[in-house]
Amino acid sequence: MALFNKVLVANRGAVAVRVLRALNRLGIPSIAVYSDADLGAPWLSLAGECAYIGGAPARESYLNQESLLEAARRLGADALHPGYGFLSENAAFAARVQEAGVTFIGPAPRWIDAMGHKTRARELAAREGLPVGKGSGVLPADRDAILKAAEDLGYPILVKPAAGGGGIGMLPARNADELVAAVERATSMAERGFASREVYLERLVDRPRHVEVQLIGDRHGNVAHVFERDCSVQRRHQKIIEEAPAPRIDRATMDALLERLAATFSRLGYDNLGTVEMLLAPDGELRFLEMNTRLQVEHGVTEEVTGVDLVVAQLRSSAGQRLSEFMPAPPVVRGHAIQARVYAEDPLRFLPSPGKLIEFAPPRAPHIRVETGYALGREVTPHYDPLLAKVIARADTRAEAIDRLVAALNEFRIAGLKHNIPALVRILESEEFRAGEVHTGLATDVVRRSPQTV
Amino acid sequence: MAAIEVKSVVTGAVWKIVASVGQKLAAGDEIMILESMKMEIPVIAEDGGVLKELKVAEGTTVNEGQVVAVIEE
Repeated sequence: MALFNKVLVANRGAVAVRVLRALNRLGIPSIAVYSDADLGAPWLSLAGECAYIGGAPARESYLNQESLLEAARRLGADALHPGYGFLSENAAFAARVQEAGVTFIGPAPRWIDAMGHKTRARELAAREGLPVGKGSGVLPADRDAILKAAEDLGYPILVKPAAGGGGIGMLPARNADELVAAVERATSMAERGFASREVYLERLVDRPRHVEVQLIGDRHGNVAHVFERDCSVQRRHQKIIEEAPAPRIDRATMDALLERLAATFSRLGYDNLGTVEMLLAPDGELRFLEMNTRLQVEHGVTEEVTGVDLVVAQLRSSAGQRLSEFMPAPPVVRGHAIQARVYAEDPLRFLPSPGKLIEFAPPRAPHIRVETGYALGREVTPHYDPLLAKVIARADTRAEAIDRLVAALNEFRIAGLKHNIPALVRILESEEFRAGEVHTGLATDVVRRSPQTV
Repeated sequence: MAAIEVKSVVTGAVWKIVASVGQKLAAGDEIMILESMKMEIPVIAEDGGVLKELKVAEGTTVNEGQVVAVIEE
């Protein structure tokens, strides 16, 4: 029996392509959606049916709950895949989808709600005995109370939206003056981006690494891990290079943590694909940061080293299959995979650069996987995320994977807008990256060091 | 009194105008905030002066390099 009769993919770009391909492989009929800006977009040709969902601004289309629910109803979808970004971590939307009799491909809405609020998620992790970094609760409005909370924590501090994600509204502060300004600005960005004014403080860790653990659960109380990814290379608090497994890590410590997280979330009844993000401080301590209750942009590196198709696993889990059915044996890691995110942006200033792709030829080579929602002649508009493509290289060793990824990026032909390939290549070829000495400041360090070559 | 043209560094839309015409600005002050590809990008006065003219309104689409404001030193 088929998992679903028809699945609506409520997203655009590379993730729409990824999910539609998985549906096609499983023989499940699909519906793709598009806004005014995405008429004729590449992912539409992969779907059985297409639905127009509204104007170019995301709030009129990809964030338009009514429009998506109406399309699902009209075309008879019995499941909806939210992809990542947009409505993928909106508990109210997930609940509305379920109420409409459509399966939401993701965890139960209560999990999206529990993990979507960062301070509540941190409290939950702490209650379960997981190591959690120093931080405050949601800040009160009172200026003196804010300063007191900051003093208790100690500077430097990072101000973060409680309902946030994607690095939006995260601002550092080194002293009380900076803190007051940062709280004000973060509050405004939080209200605008996440419809919540709540912000909180975290102790700013200098040059940490960002390591995350892939979990997959079923609707029957079973959770397994699919190893870890290192996503330390970031700009503007957003990942640009990700890899699996994590380099230069104490394997015994990591393996113990993987088992512990799987056991904890199994006991709690986590019921779908999810990722626990941890900060690895220079002192070697791994501490809980947050959990994402959706497919991640970087899921491909895990797939490349384990052979597990995470989108298929997510679909099968959501359809009610048991972990023992869709992942009969614990996965093992073979080789190394690295992903580079190619963005339409100025490689020096990291600023978005929309435009028309007058040249667009992704690399084709053995062991190279490219995921993109763009094609030659398409317009990259200012309405959406600037991700042009993900390029993933796989090899037996990390050094070989770096070589393959650099070669593939150098073959990628893009013209008509600015892109970050020169910066990606510089970072991948840096001594630090080669040595596995990654941290969240590496991308900025490399670009500052040699601005003329990016 | 030299007029300085303030240009947009990105293609995007004007989200919010922060400064008003006639306002005295110090170097580094925000004039407006643009939005492009999920990012908020502030337009900053590179030198101090008086904001003489705003060439765009909230919601306007702007191109990279387009003059969005004029400051008089």
